[in-house]
Amino acid sequence: MATTKTKVRKGRIREGRKPNRSIAGDIFVYFVLILFGAFFVFPLIYAINNSLKPLNEIFMYPPKLFVQNPTTDNFSDLFLLMGQSWVPFTRYIFNTVFMTLLGTVGHILFASMGAYALSKYRFPGSRFLFSLVVTTLMFSTYVTAIPNFIILSKLHFIDTYLAIIIPAWGSPIGFFLIKQFMDTIPDTLIEAAKIDGAKEGRIYWKIVMPIIRPAWLTAMIFSIQALWNNGGGAFIYAEELKGLPAALGQITAGGVARQGAGNAATVIMMIVPILAFILTQSNIIETMASSGIKD
Amino acid sequence: MSFAGYKRKKLNQLKWTLKDAKRHSTLYLFLLPYFLVFTLFTVAPVVVSLVLSFTYYNVFEAPRFHGLTNYINLLLADDIFLTAVKNTFLLAVITGPIGYLASFMFAWFIHELPRYVRAIAVLVFYAPSIAGQAFIIWSLIFSGDSKGYLNSILVETGIMNAPILWLTDTRYMMPVVIIVVLWMSLGAGFLSFVAGLNTVDAAQYEAGYVDGIKNRWQELWYITLPNMKGMLMFGAVMAITQSFGVGDVTQQLCGMPSTDYAVHTAVNHLVDYGTLRFEMGYASAIATILFLSMFLCNKAVQSLLRRVGQ
Repeated sequence: MATTKTKVRKGRIREGRKPNRSIAGDIFVYFVLILFGAFFVFPLIYAINNSLKPLNEIFMYPPKLFVQNPTTDNFSDLFLLMGQSWVPFTRYIFNTVFMTLLGTVGHILFASMGAYALSKYRFPGSRFLFSLVVTTLMFSTYVTAIPNFIILSKLHFIDTYLAIIIPAWGSPIGFFLIKQFMDTIPDTLIEAAKIDGAKEGRIYWKIVMPIIRPAWLTAMIFSIQALWNNGGGAFIYAEELKGLPAALGQITAGGVARQGAGNAATVIMMIVPILAFILTQSNIIETMASSGIKD
Repeated sequence: MSFAGYKRKKLNQLKWTLKDAKRHSTLYLFLLPYFLVFTLFTVAPVVVSLVLSFTYYNVFEAPRFHGLTNYINLLLADDIFLTAVKNTFLLAVITGPIGYLASFMFAWFIHELPRYVRAIAVLVFYAPSIAGQAFIIWSLIFSGDSKGYLNSILVETGIMNAPILWLTDTRYMMPVVIIVVLWMSLGAGFLSFVAGLNTVDAAQYEAGYVDGIKNRWQELWYITLPNMKGMLMFGAVMAITQSFGVGDVTQQLCGMPSTDYAVHTAVNHLVDYGTLRFEMGYASAIATILFLSMFLCNKAVQSLLRRVGQ
């Protein structure tokens, strides 16, 4: 143990262990990570186990964390139950997928177009527009909901898919991250393309978009996360146009008898954004490396 | 490209600007779709709520100018709003800084892990914030009857002899909400820190060892943090946005209104007046106050962060 006392010999820094790290410190780091990791992951594991519990285990006392006889009954119940309601469960799924898809594709397309112009050129208004985006990063959708309701109702978007899809296109965080990432690609690439006679539209689509793939994948994740969890809220009244979270709310409002189906719905809700993140994690980390806000 | 040092008559400048703008006309076409939507649904709401906050407006009739009545009512006559402000600030003061520091600390610790473990660790800590509505699961954990997971554990092990109504007893509601909000607080800021730590140049650390940086704390303060100021700022913005915007969690876990308004937040109050009572002027005044507090808080944090590493 005593030999771990580190002294740096000039010019010889060992690979692997950093010289200024103590063993006690490392143990502390692992301890904290495992302890809090358990806290963070526990509810999710509980949710998954709950969704696989047969009815008698759900109401067992004392409740167990881990399922003993796993079953997919809750999932089939969910579809059966919601198949009988006047808005079938599949309709909620369709609504959510539809709104998520259109909202996300439009967002990526428009945000990357705008970000391209702001990132690669200086022109009157360009700095102002970007600082505006940075400022609005701090306004969450919960706070803008009420004035948005008024604007949406003036546009007659209330109670249509558009009320969810179109505002999603203007999300500031996706724009911000794409623009920051574009700043890191060299301007010479674009100049070279120009010399070869390519027009702006072509450069954007054929050169810039493929390079910034990590950035728009990141914008996609944030967009999916927001839209997948949007049931329509105050903007959509018609039950047949609402998304999954609304269905989840309906099921849990059904009380004790529907708890199994509710547990299944919770898992369906959370699994999609988590899977999307797992598939794109390395791209996201790459993008977030340029997420800093400069003074 | 820029006009720096170019001081002539304003008219001349304007001409230049217009010419410059014309030269870049294709670029404005690129900007148009995004900024149209962005202006309508992100910028305009701030302006709209500022204007409407001085009016009486119920959506069905045209808004009537109301002067400062909404603000006066909010601050002097609306006890529930004052409760909401108190709760919002309590939540922001606790979950904002703790969530922010936790985001950094976990990102920093994870960075020390071997590469292949890192990806899993990031997923574990980030999953709750991306899982969205999954926080509903906490309502089973904190369920008030004896079948609630926490209650059953505490009763079985003999720590308590009767179940606690975690979500309806005013003594426990706020701590429960704080736990759940913190559970979800490792969001975009956390990812930014994870990524930012990778970007610090290894040569700087090596120079640091030679210059006698003794432990990881000194390394953090003198090398890592100053290199990550941009990410620290981004993380702060995210933390402030989240901690002031708590509303969904309180509504889903404790109901609306919650018992004695014990966890009623400004966002809950806003939703109450805006979507249930259609008093848009009044709701706009609440939104304006929220915008203002978030903005000022951001400015304050920004000036604090400038001192990092000095």
